Amino acid sequence: MINYIIRRFLYALPLLMGVNILTFVLFFIVNSPDDMARMQLGQKHVTQQAVDNWKQQRGYDLPLLWNSKSENPATETIFYKKSMGLFVFNFGISDSGRNIKSDIKQRMWPSLAVALPSLIVGLLVNISVALLMVLFRNSYIEFSSIVLCVVLMSISSLFYIIGGQFLVGKLLRLVPISGYDTGLNAVKFLILPVLIAVVAGIGSGARWYRTLFLEEVEKDYVRTARAKGLTETQVLFKHVLRNALIPILTGVVVVLPLLFMGSLITESFFSIPGLGSYTIDAINRQDFAIVRSMVFLGSVLYIIGLLMTDISYTLVDPRVRLS
Amino acid sequence: MVILWTDALIYLLIFAIIGLSFYLGRKPQLKRPLQQIGNSKAGMLSLVILLFFMMIGLLDSIHFKSNESSAKPIISVLDYWATPLRITGEKTYSAPFATHLFNKENIVLDDGRKLWEYPRLQYGGAHLKNPETEKLTDIFLKASIGFIKGIALFAFIIILSLIPAIKKYLIVPTLPRGNSSKDAPASRDAGASQTTFPRGNVGTIITQALMKNSTMKAVWLLVFFLISITYMLIELSAYYHILGTDKVGEDVFYQAIKSIRTGLVIGSLTTLIMLPLAITFGIMAGFFRGWVDDVIQYVYTTLNSIPSVLLIAASILMVQVYMANHQQEFTSLLVRADMRLLFLCIILGVTSWTGLCRLLRAETLKLREMEYVQAAQALGVKRSMILFRHILPNVMHIVLISVVLDFSSLVLAEAVLSYINIGVDPTTYSWGNMINGARLEMAREPVVWWSLSASFVFMFTLVLAANLFADSVRDAFDPRRAQLN
Repeated sequence: MINYIIRRFLYALPLLMGVNILTFVLFFIVNSPDDMARMQLGQKHVTQQAVDNWKQQRGYDLPLLWNSKSENPATETIFYKKSMGLFVFNFGISDSGRNIKSDIKQRMWPSLAVALPSLIVGLLVNISVALLMVLFRNSYIEFSSIVLCVVLMSISSLFYIIGGQFLVGKLLRLVPISGYDTGLNAVKFLILPVLIAVVAGIGSGARWYRTLFLEEVEKDYVRTARAKGLTETQVLFKHVLRNALIPILTGVVVVLPLLFMGSLITESFFSIPGLGSYTIDAINRQDFAIVRSMVFLGSVLYIIGLLMTDISYTLVDPRVRLS
Repeated sequence: MVILWTDALIYLLIFAIIGLSFYLGRKPQLKRPLQQIGNSKAGMLSLVILLFFMMIGLLDSIHFKSNESSAKPIISVLDYWATPLRITGEKTYSAPFATHLFNKENIVLDDGRKLWEYPRLQYGGAHLKNPETEKLTDIFLKASIGFIKGIALFAFIIILSLIPAIKKYLIVPTLPRGNSSKDAPASRDAGASQTTFPRGNVGTIITQALMKNSTMKAVWLLVFFLISITYMLIELSAYYHILGTDKVGEDVFYQAIKSIRTGLVIGSLTTLIMLPLAITFGIMAGFFRGWVDDVIQYVYTTLNSIPSVLLIAASILMVQVYMANHQQEFTSLLVRADMRLLFLCIILGVTSWTGLCRLLRAETLKLREMEYVQAAQALGVKRSMILFRHILPNVMHIVLISVVLDFSSLVLAEAVLSYINIGVDPTTYSWGNMINGARLEMAREPVVWWSLSASFVFMFTLVLAANLFADSVRDAFDPRRAQLN
């Protein structure tokens, strides 16, 4: 088992390297630091002096890959200074001069506070709806709920948020429209985003779980269970649900680490100081250092998710051999 | 005529679709799935709506230089037709069908007195002398005129589509109609056509030719409503702002219609860019295996591991930097916006090919072990031939299904991306930009609801139609589902 985990971990390294190179190419080769400086300083009347200053302040005044002037030609470069540091989560300083690492540490908890309840509640709701749909299959209840799912799927997430804020926040005045607080006071701010995230996810989620259950329902062991004389509900909850949980679990595990990243739109609509709104602010301010760090962080978390999926697969499903 | 980059690609896409449908239409093995789509009500109705949207999008994709001296030197055919909508800007917000502005203003009367009142709109309902009393009747009148025009057009279409049936009907009596017992083959033919087209009754012809089943009936009904309502809206929009005006006084109906093209371009051009990548790499990885497979798998896992929103954000940032530093290459605002739209499609294509690629790889791995592929290999057929003749046609159903499934999610993605400013250019009309511009309007008192509702209704219609159509395509083409039915 440990061997297996180590091997999977080693597989992840080239992936991280690839992501790193990709971001490097995207941020430093497609556009040179000079271009970035001009963009940030305003295009028109920029002197070369100002551009050089900007670059020097942020450490972009080094050569890209090979510094022939320095005694350490490989380390005194942008690639080494800016990209290699990402491997040890040394994100450096943002273009506006703040320490990215401490920002991330501080902002990932609000993100998690929104994303984790959304995931759990959403999962429970989706599975129950899907189970009900399977229970009433080949009836008008199923047909109308499928239609409802397609309709729910076709509404943009933006409208769920705008509509939810308007209805619950403005008309009914049940919870504050947006904002965030520390500690337990945050709960009242979290209810609405979580509720909206769950409602927005029902359409596609329930449909997806329904197909999973339907595939299971056709199988032989289910027929056997029915032949034994179990009721339909017993069959569904004791046999079908248990077996369908394997793909559901592995599908959930892969997104678990990404919960820290938060959701871009939800956080910006509800002004929650999480990583999602951090990223959006960075995009709007065109802060390249933060966007680069977030790209790398997101990939790391995704790769961790893949690793966890592999491991959880072997734990849950004995048929998967560790070969 | 001016051909923008996205226009050219749209034309290319349409030619490709037409060519492909001619090619595929003659394949016998596709008859059953196509028939299944033809028989499904939801599928056909959503197809009609999609085609309707596509027509608007196409009209909006034929650009030419206008000779009017306005801010926009290049306009499309749709712009030209919608000129009354385009130039009738008001000062600021006004409600749908309003005749007065949304906000009170200081009005200076002729005799010098000042009045704190809602001023009349410059264009909306300007032909009315006394809006309070005349408005409703006028709207009703204009709507009826449009409705009648729509009915006329619909009748014309019906007659056009009846021509083949009428021809047949006219030919039938000229056939020899002797004793049916004597000359067998000829009279049996005539008899057969007589039973399918009983003469003398126009109603029967129409039913026979156009409404073979309930699906066709529903389709014609939908076409009727689409045409008549469109005409009604056209007629009304010449006199009123039927969906109101936005903050800078622009007609919301015009914005919503112009956004159709953006949505369609994102949904379809992304596919055009994604498909070659996904098909080539997916099939190659599955077929050649070994190091080819390893490299391709590595590439798509790497791309996949970057959260796509962040990758898109990073790429769009880079495009912005590029555009800011190469301003001289983008002569007009429209060209610039168009380039950004194209870049967005390319970026979305590059980030979204991985899913399909993985599916195709898995399917090819399965196919290459099939007997017919092994037989071809044993007979010494070249590898490239095997790929083109045996593998490619057999994975096409996956490609088709994933293309139609992706379409709606891409349209939705556009809105989200535009909202976080990494989507289309802010000057491009798109539902995302409409929402972005209107997001604070719900907080106003009284609520300014029309911009959001308009973008919601249009986007919802398109995405719902796309989703329903995708479902029926999947039901028809997925072999696993076909067995179940």
